[in-house]
Amino acid sequence: MRRQPLPAWADVILIPIINIALALLVAGAVIALIGENPFKAFSVMFQGAFGYAEGVGYTLYYATNFIFTGLAVAVAFHAMLFNIGGEGQAYIGGLGVALVLLAFDGMLPFWALLPLAIIAAMLFGAAWAAIPAYLQAYRGSHIVITTIMFNFIASNLMVYLLVNIFIVPGSMSPESRVFDSVAWLPSAHDFLARFGIDVAASPLNLSFIIALIAGVLVWLFIWHTRWGYAIRTVGFSEPAAEYAGINTKKIIMLTMLISGALAGMAGINEIMGVQHKLLLDFVAGYGFTGIAVALMGRNHPLGIVLASILFGALYQGGADLTFEMPNISREMVTAIQGFIILFSGALTYMSRPWLERLFGLFARTEATEEVPHGR
Amino acid sequence: MDVSMYTEIISALSATMRVSTPLILAAMAGIFSERSGIVDISLEGKLLAGAFISAAVAAVTGSAWLGLGAAIVATMLLSLLHGFASITHNGNQVVSGVAINIIVSGMTVVLGIAWFHQSGQTPSLPNTARFMPLHLPGSETIGNIPILGDIYTKILGGHNLLVYVAFLSVALTWWVLFKTRFGLRLRAVGENPNAVDTAGISVAWLRYRAVLIAGILTGIGGTYISIAQNASFIREMSAGQGYIALAAMIFGKWKPVPAMFASLMFGFLDALSIRLQGVEIAGIGQIPVQAIQALPYILTVAILASFAGRAVAPKADGVPYVKER
Repeated sequence: MRRQPLPAWADVILIPIINIALALLVAGAVIALIGENPFKAFSVMFQGAFGYAEGVGYTLYYATNFIFTGLAVAVAFHAMLFNIGGEGQAYIGGLGVALVLLAFDGMLPFWALLPLAIIAAMLFGAAWAAIPAYLQAYRGSHIVITTIMFNFIASNLMVYLLVNIFIVPGSMSPESRVFDSVAWLPSAHDFLARFGIDVAASPLNLSFIIALIAGVLVWLFIWHTRWGYAIRTVGFSEPAAEYAGINTKKIIMLTMLISGALAGMAGINEIMGVQHKLLLDFVAGYGFTGIAVALMGRNHPLGIVLASILFGALYQGGADLTFEMPNISREMVTAIQGFIILFSGALTYMSRPWLERLFGLFARTEATEEVPHGR
Repeated sequence: MDVSMYTEIISALSATMRVSTPLILAAMAGIFSERSGIVDISLEGKLLAGAFISAAVAAVTGSAWLGLGAAIVATMLLSLLHGFASITHNGNQVVSGVAINIIVSGMTVVLGIAWFHQSGQTPSLPNTARFMPLHLPGSETIGNIPILGDIYTKILGGHNLLVYVAFLSVALTWWVLFKTRFGLRLRAVGENPNAVDTAGISVAWLRYRAVLIAGILTGIGGTYISIAQNASFIREMSAGQGYIALAAMIFGKWKPVPAMFASLMFGFLDALSIRLQGVEIAGIGQIPVQAIQALPYILTVAILASFAGRAVAPKADGVPYVKER
């Protein structure tokens, strides 16, 4: 059978689309299995995500979190490190944001609070990644297991802090006090209203722009700095990097600190932008979604932004879906994430041999060459 | 030694046996998989899937045995999926494992709500649909002997069948890995798949068999969690035990008996920490509940960070085998 090597566009665009389609196909089968109509379910989700202005706002608000956690996972992937700890790092990043805002919201103006909160989010997120990073670099402990353990530890730590320290005296719910409104990030609808543009109210806020800036900075850092080059070299081959005089241990630390800092930034969106107080479980799986986003976006900031919007749509559409079809629970979105990670992360090239044959069929007249089986 | 201290120790040791069981089963599963060269992060997801399917089937049929059988089938299917991605398609094994964990975490709740409408829980099981504690033969007579009697009836005895299956699995794992031809080949394929291939033995088929055995063991472990240790499935009830089992496997240097002792140690510390709740400790005061709940995870990190965590994995662990042509 003649095969045609795939053109670049097929590799970058067609294969990811096929993988998403496969994941949605399996998800549709699951929906059919529990006795609901998958076509109706997907159309409800699509309507919920893009069908009205408020829905679009929510989609982009969720996407903001995923851009941060997705970039976090991607930066680590470039050094062949698998950071599953985004969940805990984002949680602790939110703690940093809350500490700064609770301490200074009565004395400092917004333009001073914002940089302080960003620094706190990044520092706290990086700190939570630092121990697993150190253990990976200097003790050879499996970073996948240690970062997962740190997710569990973060969750227990936050319950302790909220129940015993942050709780408002006399209140029953484990939450901090609400920040002074000077410390709230401007929401999209308030901001646009100043220019006379009227959009529906949604949690979308300034951090979406901050997330896009972070994407550009990550792109510059990974592909246009010496450190980024060193990170990619370590990811390509650790011994080769070592031989080239790169201190691989330091690069592992650096990569994980940046990764943790990016994940911590999700706290800016959630705590400073939306909740305006510290509360339990505000991370809600965003750290894990970051894995799916990074894999689907091929660890490139542009791909990550696009994948984040897709997942934002899934989250928002999933919320509407549960409302419209109560038999399908919100966790369906978690399962779809899993399928997407499976198809675009572990079975990435499953479709390639068939595609090569397909391209071979259409390219008969051109000079086709016999491609050896495999890659 | 006063009497209450004595009963505390007996009950802590008895609890150790119960808490360690899923860890032991999952650690043996990990050994089979990783000795053949397949990293298996999805132990966690398989425990959770086994717990859900066994509780669901036991709730519908009223039979613990049917629950166990269904759980094993389900976890073997997940193993096949992991094998399909990591053996047939040379995919990233860690990514495949994480995908399976996330799929199971979502699917157990989706199916649980669709089937039972109890916000993701399965109905509470009657004792007839569970694995209940057994009494060892001669418990009445031996039980009367001081100390020895308590050891026999409360620590060694008084557990359900699956606890004994877990300890049996350690012996079986050791025997299969080190005393059979299959075990020799399985270990070889995890160290040097090229040599095994050259000898005319299929690398893929060996690895598929290894991950399927891992599926069986995690299916039993999951069943234990939901219908032996507890009486229903609760969402996320595996709570990281699959990962702790991986740590026990690493701590036990990929060997069955040391991995069993590592699992027992994790189990003992867990049993001990539950008893520390609300206890005043001189100089420190009362330890917060959350600190005690976080203890197994902190210990896992500590053990991976210690010299023991540096143990050398099978050489080809996690490396897809691509035949040279």
